[in-house]
Amino acid sequence: MSGSLAFVFGLPLAVVVFFFALAAYERRTGVANGGGFFQRNGLAIGLYLVLAVGFWAFFIILLPQLAMVDMSFRPKLPPSQMGGPKDLYTLENYRYFLFGSTTSTAEWNWLHIKAFFLTIGVSIIITLINFAICYPLAFHMAQSATAARLRVLLLLLILPYWVNEILRAFAFRVLLSSGGIINQMLMGSGLTSEPIDFLGADVGLYMGLSYAYLLMMIFPLYNAIESLDKNQVEAARDLGAPWWHIHAFIVLPHAKPGIASGCTLVFMLTAGALAAPLVLGGPRTLWFTPIVYDRFYQAFNWPQGAAYAFILLVSCIIFVLVVLKAFRLSLGEITR
Amino acid sequence: MAAAVELEGVNVTFGDFVAVKEANLTIEPGEFFSFLGPSGCGKTTLLRTISGFIEPTRGQVRIGGADMKGIGPNKRPTALIFQNLALFPMMTVAENIGYGLRVRGVPRHERDEKVKNLLIQVALAEHGHKKVSELSGGQKQRVAIARALAVEPSVLLLDEPLSALDLKLRQHMRSELRAIQKRVGITFIYITHDQGEALTMSDRIAVMNAGVIEQVGDGRAVYAEPRTPFVASFVGENNQIRGRITARDGAMATLETPLGTLAGRNPVALDVGQEALLFVRPEVMQLRANGTTAGFEGETLDVAYEGSVTHVTLRVRTGQKVMASLGASALAALPTPGETLRIGFRPEDALLLARPERH
Repeated sequence: MSGSLAFVFGLPLAVVVFFFALAAYERRTGVANGGGFFQRNGLAIGLYLVLAVGFWAFFIILLPQLAMVDMSFRPKLPPSQMGGPKDLYTLENYRYFLFGSTTSTAEWNWLHIKAFFLTIGVSIIITLINFAICYPLAFHMAQSATAARLRVLLLLLILPYWVNEILRAFAFRVLLSSGGIINQMLMGSGLTSEPIDFLGADVGLYMGLSYAYLLMMIFPLYNAIESLDKNQVEAARDLGAPWWHIHAFIVLPHAKPGIASGCTLVFMLTAGALAAPLVLGGPRTLWFTPIVYDRFYQAFNWPQGAAYAFILLVSCIIFVLVVLKAFRLSLGEITR
Repeated sequence: MAAAVELEGVNVTFGDFVAVKEANLTIEPGEFFSFLGPSGCGKTTLLRTISGFIEPTRGQVRIGGADMKGIGPNKRPTALIFQNLALFPMMTVAENIGYGLRVRGVPRHERDEKVKNLLIQVALAEHGHKKVSELSGGQKQRVAIARALAVEPSVLLLDEPLSALDLKLRQHMRSELRAIQKRVGITFIYITHDQGEALTMSDRIAVMNAGVIEQVGDGRAVYAEPRTPFVASFVGENNQIRGRITARDGAMATLETPLGTLAGRNPVALDVGQEALLFVRPEVMQLRANGTTAGFEGETLDVAYEGSVTHVTLRVRTGQKVMASLGASALAALPTPGETLRIGFRPEDALLLARPERH
């Protein structure tokens, strides 16, 4: 126990010392100049900032994740046996994801593997749909809307997000259910005789997921396109380019960092969404996040849940990094 | 051969604001034509109307004899060079120049060949592979010219492209632009607020003010024979003296001013009794008027010695400042501030124009 205590308090301290040393080195070699951090902020505020940020980064972000990773490599044990002789590092939770058993590797765990790939695949599709919806809107907002129109659009975009996610998901459910308004209108107009099972066909799920993270796509796109010099669009047009050529070769390359940033956010959030799949998912669709949720709260198997969550997280990060690499973007660029 | 560009009764309004009013103009093929005017005079609006980014509210724009109504900028035989050049930063120099050709679907080898020739033409042969950001201001300028020339426009439109350059480069680019225009032989329409640029480069100049084309003519005409008070005071330095016409004598007229009776040429045939402005350039002012020159006295305020010429600022009786640029031979000694000088001019060097109502 004392070992982990030393780790908990020692690591932040080591990080702080490392950064102080780095700052001192940069100062001496002339990489950094101007007033020092403490000279600019004063000792009290400077110290407060260093400690507060350090605490925040370590205790709120890093430590819980590390605890999850650690837990995912341990077997499920009753509390009395934790830390006992049986509490050894093991891969059985990961094995369970692949083979549906903690010991045997005879059969693949198709149910979970399929759910996993479905989640990734659908998240990609939803990200693309989101991009297709947001790009024209962001372009209009950034390049051609008047200031008054822009304000109205922003307000219309933001207002719906005052309603919380669960409520929005249920609203979609009400709208799309067999007796819902859309089916009533379709049947009333004679287009169909039977209600269409939108929820069973996952239309509701995809709509809900696309809608949930629209803003995460709009704003990075808007920022990126907004910084494009209007004259460049005009220059391309003047040189004879049709509109699609201007978008493909002038606007999109310029907005690449914003696109990457928006797509990364939407993809990550969609793949990890819980409320929409729980409320709107059809009976035949098994999304991955509800499985993770079930590991924790139905199976009461926290180590397994941790392993599942970790698999999703790492897969998403790897996927995003690969895509960024393919588009020749660095992580630094997308944060601009 | 049809005129390169014809404007017929072109009006451009934005809401209540009249940006261009009744522009009528014919620009000949192969001409270097400039629009000169202060910022906000409507010259850029007119340029954008010719290039197709703005549709005229009224009137017709014809390029090569064809009406351009409803034809977008991407379909017009014009190419525009933007004030900030608007080069594409994510493309190399060669890709920038080849962009218009790529859009037109010119096959790759043909395109490369053409871009190579253009790079040589603008003396950037070694820089084709570079990013635009690696170039100097003057080089960027030449890339913009090459990119516009690549699409072989019949009219090249230039929107103050030299304004971002430093003085020395600007002067160098003037002669270079002129040389390029002579070489390719197409019509250049040049927008500037810098009269030096307009005078040195242009075949003809249209002087614009508040949306109105005030005068069209070659450099000498707008400088030496201005037809409106705005042109007289905007192109070059000019002294203006208010007065009322008292007598006409052929091409000359006499007017009564607070500085005494003065005379000048009367090209717009002002009548006796009309309010008029007498324009006298500083360089036609002479020191110590003798019998042949009308003149007046003034107190020396400032003396700027420039070697071949000395610029003297005088304050005359009305409190108005009058500038005189005196040649080295006319001055035995430099006047000192506070000294009273008597200066004058030959009536044939002064010009009478109608005084506008609001003044």
